[in-house]
Amino acid sequence: MEEKFIKFGKNLVPIEELLAPGHSFCIGCGEALALRLACKALGKNVIIANATGCMEICTSPFPYTSWRVPWMHTLFENTAAEISGAEAGLKILMEKGKMPEKDIKCVAIAGDGGTSDIGLQALSGAFERNHDFLYLCFDNEAYMNTGIQRSSATPYGASTTTAPAGKFSIGQTTQKKDMVAIAVAHNIPYVATACPSYPFDLINKVKKGAEIKGPAYVHILSVCPTGWRIATDIIIEIGQLAVETGIFPLYEVEQGKYKLNVDRPKLKPVEEYLKPQGRYRHLPKEEIEKIQERVNQEYTRLKAKVTASAA
Amino acid sequence: MSKRVALEASFATAEAARMADVDVVAAYPITPQTHVPERLAEMVANGELKAAYIPVESEHSAMSACLGAAAVGARTFTATAGQGLELMHEVVYVASSMRYPVVMAICNRALSAPLSVWCDHSDAMAVRDTGWIQVFCQNNQEAFDMTLWAFRVGEDPKVLFPVMIHFDGFTLSHVTEPMILPEQSEVDTFLPKFQYPFALNPDKPMTHGAFGLPEIYSETKIAQEVAFRKSKDVAIQGFKEFGDIFGRYYHLVESYRTEDAKTLLLTMGSFTETAKIVIDRKRDNGEMVGLVSLRLWRPFPFEEFRQAVKNAETLIVFDRCISSGGPGGPVSSEVRAALYDEKEKPRVVSFIGGLGGRDMSLSDFEYVIERGNEIAEKGSEELFETVGVRGKVTGIRG
Repeated sequence: MEEKFIKFGKNLVPIEELLAPGHSFCIGCGEALALRLACKALGKNVIIANATGCMEICTSPFPYTSWRVPWMHTLFENTAAEISGAEAGLKILMEKGKMPEKDIKCVAIAGDGGTSDIGLQALSGAFERNHDFLYLCFDNEAYMNTGIQRSSATPYGASTTTAPAGKFSIGQTTQKKDMVAIAVAHNIPYVATACPSYPFDLINKVKKGAEIKGPAYVHILSVCPTGWRIATDIIIEIGQLAVETGIFPLYEVEQGKYKLNVDRPKLKPVEEYLKPQGRYRHLPKEEIEKIQERVNQEYTRLKAKVTASAA
Repeated sequence: MSKRVALEASFATAEAARMADVDVVAAYPITPQTHVPERLAEMVANGELKAAYIPVESEHSAMSACLGAAAVGARTFTATAGQGLELMHEVVYVASSMRYPVVMAICNRALSAPLSVWCDHSDAMAVRDTGWIQVFCQNNQEAFDMTLWAFRVGEDPKVLFPVMIHFDGFTLSHVTEPMILPEQSEVDTFLPKFQYPFALNPDKPMTHGAFGLPEIYSETKIAQEVAFRKSKDVAIQGFKEFGDIFGRYYHLVESYRTEDAKTLLLTMGSFTETAKIVIDRKRDNGEMVGLVSLRLWRPFPFEEFRQAVKNAETLIVFDRCISSGGPGGPVSSEVRAALYDEKEKPRVVSFIGGLGGRDMSLSDFEYVIERGNEIAEKGSEELFETVGVRGKVTGIRG
């Protein structure tokens, strides 16, 4: 069957929806949008292993499923290990002539908790063993499915239900774990960040990650209106502000070489990103300044890596 | 022609996995299981076995990788022991609920603390209710035979449940015994190719592992339970087919010299062979004693068990595990429950011994039978008694 596309400027996007509607994601969910785009990028020849979390719950209440591609869910922290088995299984079955040769991409999906906290060991193992798989981390910066508890991906200063802002606390007192750097440290061929506010960039990166032989990691910022306490109709703008302020730069690391995909000559002040969000509402000026300072440092460091890669 | 070889149980189970032509092995090393993955990795490295060997970073990932492999239709094998089985505990439940017929060898090991790498059945009993078909082996031949049988039964389209093969750590896993290896052609006759009917494939997209709301969870679990209990019929059929091809006939419950026996001893695993020597001696003395051994532990063979013990007056159960704060060893508890509603039943006496690799000699088994008969006759204030534990043990009351 011939694949049909819609044309947006110079970008062709497949019309077919591999994530069926009727799921129960919240209104304005950035993760659902990112997933829809990722599914378009991946196409049909995939097997997906999905960790426990919002996505799994919203797409698979028995007897319904939103998945028009082969999909499995077993547990929270084991997706990378599970996809290791599927990938190795498919490869050996084809090698032994027990199933016809076919290019099937193995994809593991988890949230920020399932990736940077409880699933980190399994992910590190799968990277190290060099399985041919793509790992998508949908990062909404807290345990949203269980009710907005802090994770190691929650940014400094954000208020969550287990690191709430209060008289004696600003909320999260630790810095967001740099999962991208951890992935890069495994010397895998492809690592990238993406955000559905930049849909074609996201599609391209997911596609690239799926095509590359060996492990690939795409870290997708998924704006969560429920957990971030923002209006449901501004999630695209919030995603854009995350990029434009330098809080969540869009870049990729291909064979160890850094490239910025959206490079602003001048970053917007972080305040523009923080202010509309209820989770940051309590932050005093000096804390916002601290965040600004940190973003400036990190962004400079990232730019230095990009420059070094180009040399 | 089958051939006579000398192998330890670890190599025997690996050999069976090789002859079953497994596709994927995912394992993490832990004493006393190490010889199993080592041998399989060696087979893959030198071309004796064409399989993917996944050297995972933990037992949790070992079983998780097995789930992924089984989901795409690969014949999948792993092995672990003690703490390893505990670490993968969560995933063990999932394998059975998802109906992935993974086969796993367990070199039984005590659980920490204190740390002990030596044998008892605490690890096995901790996964008792996980929905895996489980068998215990008495010797190395059985470790080989049960592994082949496990693939045959677990992968049967009427079954589709994972299977655990328990054999005692060190006592069997590391001890070389003579045994018979069959011809590949015989194995191929016994074991059909694995055709997983629900394999994940883009040609026919499927959702594995949808979550269960309260409206459906109970029905799902009960459906699993009914299917699981039915697997006993295939287990029996598998033993029959095995016997017809290989000449060794196994039973869900093994009986040894039980004819006219007034007292029966019940053991599992390698205890059984030691106990047989004691039974022989006592029979030579004219004592009416016999031995029963549970081979199939899950699903529990109620009917076969009741049949095996119905004529005895006393049944002495020798557990290798403590059920902390419970009514006795886990096996004795199950046995009591299995007999409770019977009109005529033996009196059950419970012993616990052989924990953390403590050697149980012939004299210990003699003691168990003699003391067991005494308790049956005079009664005891203790819920169970211990064997070979230094110091006077009292205060085990309800």
